[in-house]
Amino acid sequence: MGSSTSHLSKELLTEYQELTFLTKQEILLAHKRFSDLLPQESRNMEDSLRVRVSTEQILTLPELKANPFRERICRVFSTAPERDSLSFEDFLDLFSVFSDAATPEIKSHYAFRIFDFDDDGTLNKEDLKQLVNCLTGEGQDTQLSTTEMKQLIENILEESDIDRDGTINLSEFQHVISRSPDFTSSFKIVL
Amino acid sequence: MSDTSSVSGWDSHRDDTSDSSVFTSMTMSFLQELPSYRSLIRRRTTILGRDKTGGTLLKPASSENRVSSEAGRSEKEHLGSQSIRKYALNISEKRRLREIQEAQVKYLSEWDQWKQYSTKSWKRFIEEAKELASHLELWKNDIRSIEGKFGTGIQSYFSFLRFLVILNLVIFIIIFLFILLPIILTKYKITDSTFLIVPSNEVDMRCKVYPMNSTGLIYFYTYMIDLLSGTGFLEWTSLFYGHYTVDGVKFKNFTYDLPLAYLLSTVAYLALSLLWIVKRSVEGFKQNLVRSEEQYQSYCNKIFAGWDFCITDESTAKLKHSSILYELKTDLVEERIRQKVAQRTPEETLRIYSLRMLLNAIVITVLAACFYAIYEATIFSQEHMKKEINKMVFGENLLILYLPSIVITLANFITPIIFSKIIRYEDYSPAFEIRLTLLRCVFMRLATICALVFTLGSKITFCDNEDCRVCGYNHKLYPCWENQFGQEMYKLTIFDLIINLAVTLFVEFPRKLLVTHCSSWKLIRYWGQQEFGIPDNVLGIVYAQTICWIGSFFSPLLPAIATVKFIIIFYVKEISLMYTCRPSTRPFRASNSNFFFLLVLLIGLTLAFIPLGISMTHIPSSKACGPFTNYNISWDVVPKTVSTFPSALQTLIHSITSEAFAVPFFIVICLIMFYFIALAGAHKRVVIQLREQLAMESRDKHYLIRKLTAAQEEMRNRPS
Repeated sequence: MGSSTSHLSKELLTEYQELTFLTKQEILLAHKRFSDLLPQESRNMEDSLRVRVSTEQILTLPELKANPFRERICRVFSTAPERDSLSFEDFLDLFSVFSDAATPEIKSHYAFRIFDFDDDGTLNKEDLKQLVNCLTGEGQDTQLSTTEMKQLIENILEESDIDRDGTINLSEFQHVISRSPDFTSSFKIVL
Repeated sequence: MSDTSSVSGWDSHRDDTSDSSVFTSMTMSFLQELPSYRSLIRRRTTILGRDKTGGTLLKPASSENRVSSEAGRSEKEHLGSQSIRKYALNISEKRRLREIQEAQVKYLSEWDQWKQYSTKSWKRFIEEAKELASHLELWKNDIRSIEGKFGTGIQSYFSFLRFLVILNLVIFIIIFLFILLPIILTKYKITDSTFLIVPSNEVDMRCKVYPMNSTGLIYFYTYMIDLLSGTGFLEWTSLFYGHYTVDGVKFKNFTYDLPLAYLLSTVAYLALSLLWIVKRSVEGFKQNLVRSEEQYQSYCNKIFAGWDFCITDESTAKLKHSSILYELKTDLVEERIRQKVAQRTPEETLRIYSLRMLLNAIVITVLAACFYAIYEATIFSQEHMKKEINKMVFGENLLILYLPSIVITLANFITPIIFSKIIRYEDYSPAFEIRLTLLRCVFMRLATICALVFTLGSKITFCDNEDCRVCGYNHKLYPCWENQFGQEMYKLTIFDLIINLAVTLFVEFPRKLLVTHCSSWKLIRYWGQQEFGIPDNVLGIVYAQTICWIGSFFSPLLPAIATVKFIIIFYVKEISLMYTCRPSTRPFRASNSNFFFLLVLLIGLTLAFIPLGISMTHIPSSKACGPFTNYNISWDVVPKTVSTFPSALQTLIHSITSEAFAVPFFIVICLIMFYFIALAGAHKRVVIQLREQLAMESRDKHYLIRKLTAAQEEMRNRPS
């Protein structure tokens, strides 16, 4: 800490403040945490904005380590062609969406993308099944039985699938989230 | 993972609810060409939040978007002074968008440009202010680390505690400014002012007798008793109502009417508390005001908002996984039970309902027994206090003085156990069970304070011979009855704090030590480590806050004591949580909790209005002490002040408070309420109709596509 090369310029800071929901402190903190993940030689100013960090390294962050959706999060926010690394701006985007100040619409939009395990634009039964398995735990004994899973997915679709086509699209998802009281307080990561 | 541009969402094995046809690739290509699907793909990368100003900006900036040429036709609609952050794009795309916006600014008129600029600078100013304000937030880091380790449920308890600390501090500041400050200024001769004491001739001299106990040599234990119970030397300090026996403070240019200030500041801080609590509870309801119980239990809420993303601890995460699993399993079981219940026979229903009535009667009996015990204890304590207490032994002395507090605490400890045993036989759904038990405990806790206050009130106004007619209250036993009230509330506060500290030190820490070192004993392992019980803790602090509200009129320094007490409790609970508790296995949802806490607090506040209202308007104020010696009841200050206003203002005030105004006003409010209820009902019906229509449209769409595909197949297979 304290090395002069790792301070963001004022214009860059204001620009990031305008483009994200983060405050100045949070942007600086994010920059520091991101630089800590870079190899020693790339920790200066220009490189830290240019170099990408691989997903495995991002997953070592304590905020993401315990999260069952960590791989999906990294995939969704990554702008690389193979979706396997994050640049600093992707990193900022991540924490901006998960910050306190982000609007519920942004959060629900990204939540939809995170839960869409096969990236096809809708949540079908397979997506929901994988989602429930992520929530209940990794092991074999922590999963619901097939009948229970079927009953659960039917209940979810009954509550949220308005047009009865067997999948949840983005508008239906945002509609059901807008009536969910816990969403904004739980969809939050703080650095 | 498949590429984003291919549609692989149709599971060929899926059980469609309407029909069981398998979609062919022809159908899929039709579906891909539908305008609604196209706009969805476009909106996936350029979607906008539901904003009133602009439409959707369609600028295909991402590489995912190679679907069709339609997407390439970027429709640059009018960009309002939109905040760029609300777009769900990544940073480089937002940058490009901002450049476009700025380029477009040139085409706007001068007025629009200026408007955009000013809104932007205003927003920036607000953000800077918010950032500064967040530095002043009390205990921010503590609460954040609690959230990371224990989840949002417990964190909401600590935020609630912080809110109460700030509320009490503000109440104390109001009291200090309007009541204490003039007295301190005069007493210590900081300003050139004097006390104004108006002798009154109408009051009988017997009412004004206030025997002062001899203040000779004080033994140490008498000193301790006085400190703990507010008698003796404490009775004369500014802690209690009796100290403020002045009718005004005469400054150089005006006379400060202290009785009026005393009464109005009480009304002011009660109104402030009410408004602040209502504001906080409305904030949690920003999205929809009326919530039915089912929304907390809804499966979508549990699945989509089920994971606390701020959990950073591995073991907490594991516990969260198992608690989610447990909750889902119980909900599914409960649903199956509910289906069974719907098929109940009439005899079983009759049996269940009669059992419930019996158990409710038992609950009411338990409550009545507790109230009676409090009544007896208070009467016993009051009678013995008047005797020669210095002649008794120290322990017995304190026991008698604290008897009401002890009985209340015992009742509050035993009744939740009884209630939770009873409710098992009543055969409700688990969620309803929790709520009903909580409601009963809330009622129990707050009603015990009312019982105590009622007992005291009845003793003060009861006299078996002619005593009451002279002054309106029992002046022989209670020459200054407000002091007695204040002392009881003070004792309750102190006792509550002592009990909290004692339980933490002598029960929770040894329990943790036993569990860690003697875990081989089956009994210890069964008892297990302490879990942080949120409802019990919340009831405890709401109880303390209700006492503070009731007691503040009779003991103006009580809010300051309550602030210090809550700060101590915050640190004690935090340490106890970190070192002795494990995260709860039963989920307690954050949103649920905020509403629940504020609701219980509101109940406490309403309950605090009752004794205050009665004592201000019905029981004559003591003539021997306090600021209201020249008035019959405390409330008389207000009419007297109003009569000094100019006559036009007087008639206005009289007309507003008369029945001729109040009754039509009430009727108008009722009409407005009925209108809104009818409107909400109409909206509900429209929503149901629209949903049915949507489902029908979707089925129509699939039907038409199938027909079209079949027709195309037929065309192709027909021999040409």
